[in-house]
Amino acid sequence: MSSRIGISCLQEAKRVAIFGGTHGNEMSGITLVNMWTQNSAEIERNGLVVKPFISNPRAVEKCTRYIDTDLNRAFTPENLSTPEVEGLPYEVQRAKEINRMFGPKGSSNAYDVIFDLHNTTSNMGSTLILESSTDLFNLQMVHYIKKAMAPHTCSVLLNEHPQLKYSTTRSVAKHPIGEYKVLGYSTGVEFPPCTVDVFRVQERMDYPRDTNGNITAMVHPHLQDCDWEPLNRGDPMFLTFDGRTILYEGANTVYPTFINEAAYYEKQQAFMTTCREILAANAIRKAFK
Amino acid sequence: MALVFLPALARMAVTGGTHGNEMSGVYVVQEMERQRKEKGEGAWPIPVTTVLSNPRAVKECRRYVETDMNRCFNTDTLSSPITDSSPYEVRRAQELNKLMGPKGSKDAIDLICDLHNTTSNMGLTLIHYTSSDWVTLHICKYLQTKITKVPVRVLVLDIPISDAYSLESVSKHGFSIEVGPQPQGVVRADIYMIMKEAVDLTIDWIHKFNSGTVRPKQMWLKCVLFLNMLFSGTVFEGGDVEAFEFIKSVDYPRDPETRTLTAAIHPQLQDRDFCLLKQGDPLFLSFSGETVKYKEKEPLHPFFINEAAYYEKGIAFHLGKKMMLTVPKVQVQKD
Repeated sequence: MSSRIGISCLQEAKRVAIFGGTHGNEMSGITLVNMWTQNSAEIERNGLVVKPFISNPRAVEKCTRYIDTDLNRAFTPENLSTPEVEGLPYEVQRAKEINRMFGPKGSSNAYDVIFDLHNTTSNMGSTLILESSTDLFNLQMVHYIKKAMAPHTCSVLLNEHPQLKYSTTRSVAKHPIGEYKVLGYSTGVEFPPCTVDVFRVQERMDYPRDTNGNITAMVHPHLQDCDWEPLNRGDPMFLTFDGRTILYEGANTVYPTFINEAAYYEKQQAFMTTCREILAANAIRKAFK
Repeated sequence: MALVFLPALARMAVTGGTHGNEMSGVYVVQEMERQRKEKGEGAWPIPVTTVLSNPRAVKECRRYVETDMNRCFNTDTLSSPITDSSPYEVRRAQELNKLMGPKGSKDAIDLICDLHNTTSNMGLTLIHYTSSDWVTLHICKYLQTKITKVPVRVLVLDIPISDAYSLESVSKHGFSIEVGPQPQGVVRADIYMIMKEAVDLTIDWIHKFNSGTVRPKQMWLKCVLFLNMLFSGTVFEGGDVEAFEFIKSVDYPRDPETRTLTAAIHPQLQDRDFCLLKQGDPLFLSFSGETVKYKEKEPLHPFFINEAAYYEKGIAFHLGKKMMLTVPKVQVQKD
């Protein structure tokens, strides 16, 4: 990679994968990938390999999030390097297979981009999830997608939190991006400098629970469905089953997201807090050989 | 119509978690059990049994473990011999029938309120298997007047009791309280509160029916009403109850070989449960962008539109006919 002042020249992206069914009950991605597998006209682009792929076929068949363990948490270095033995959880075996097909993660042979398509029970609208604030390619791509989708809003969630970051399916690629399909790609075009408004993950908030681990309250009606809206100190946060309100006591205004996601009850998360940030990206273009 | 005297309802049950991922009922039952621990049997004005119907499915947050338990309460399944290969839910259904039934007998509990959620936009829907149970219909009428936050609709299936396959058919006057839309595995506070209110009002109605309690401030009025109460219960005026009768189900368009869906519910039908569907109205939008329309001449009302649990049952939505049921004036029969 070389750079002149102000423009970063990046290696051309030649291979893109679109994953659906990383969670077997998130139907939009499954439906789209099946459709594109049958007829790929819509996703074909000159000079680009675009591969639609069902990540967790056994979970898709059973219409369940996962069989043994969450595939979207399975791409850890330990799992990917563990020897192939009998009795490995299905999703760990599958993670190793996906890493072989689209990786290896961290190597120069890995696919350039993986789009991983998901659904949520939260009212998040369209959200693009980034794992790095410094990946210029992804920042520029996200900026492009947001512009192209307008006036439909696309929020951008940045999860670079050292503890809350997790080993996703898409992390196998050089430029992982969660949630949305690519809309256009032009060879050789220079993308000028841009800024991207993001919500940076701060903290995971669990439900109030009793000593047996059962939840004792629900997301408050005033917070329910209010993803991306400010939550201030003193605002209602939870409502107990017998009608008592629990307020948010944090010092700073936060922007909650993943509010009341079904799959996160077992991960001890009622919602995530984020703070707003503006990321700047240099101009980029394809590096000439 | 003449006044009809009906026996008092001595015992009632509230059942939640019949489907283990329909969370409002699970938490309503949990909360009622907490209230019972705190206040003892005086928690409610009438005796209420609370039951977590399918504890294994609740633990795994799944609709069922081996088979849909809410299809196991027809007489044949309830009387089938249990073997080693009997599904968990069949065994559990027979256990619940022993606990709250036996279905069809005079020992059966008077009322089961079975709590459900749906991913469909059905507001509060009260489901009963017959259109001629005055007690149940009066409760429905009462809920319709008292609950204003969401539409309250009545759905009747009209099947003989021996064929009625759902849990509430074990009791003499059972009905299901179905509230939506709510995703599986999620508890929404607004939906929970609607369901809790429906349960509280049902208990309220039964108490009023059985005893006719009113709490005036004036002592002389209290005495009059006390004497009145000794000799009669509350009279519930008759009237018309709008209800929907189940007619038939419609499946998704599917690939003839693989049976996978080739279309989704059309955006103009999605969330429009109980609207009037007319010939030519859009039903489905195929994944390649074509609209599939309603071809029948008879306008009907769709409901359970896009219920997650019904994909495997081959149901995109049900269709029903609107009708008016007339309920007589009723009062408790004092022995």
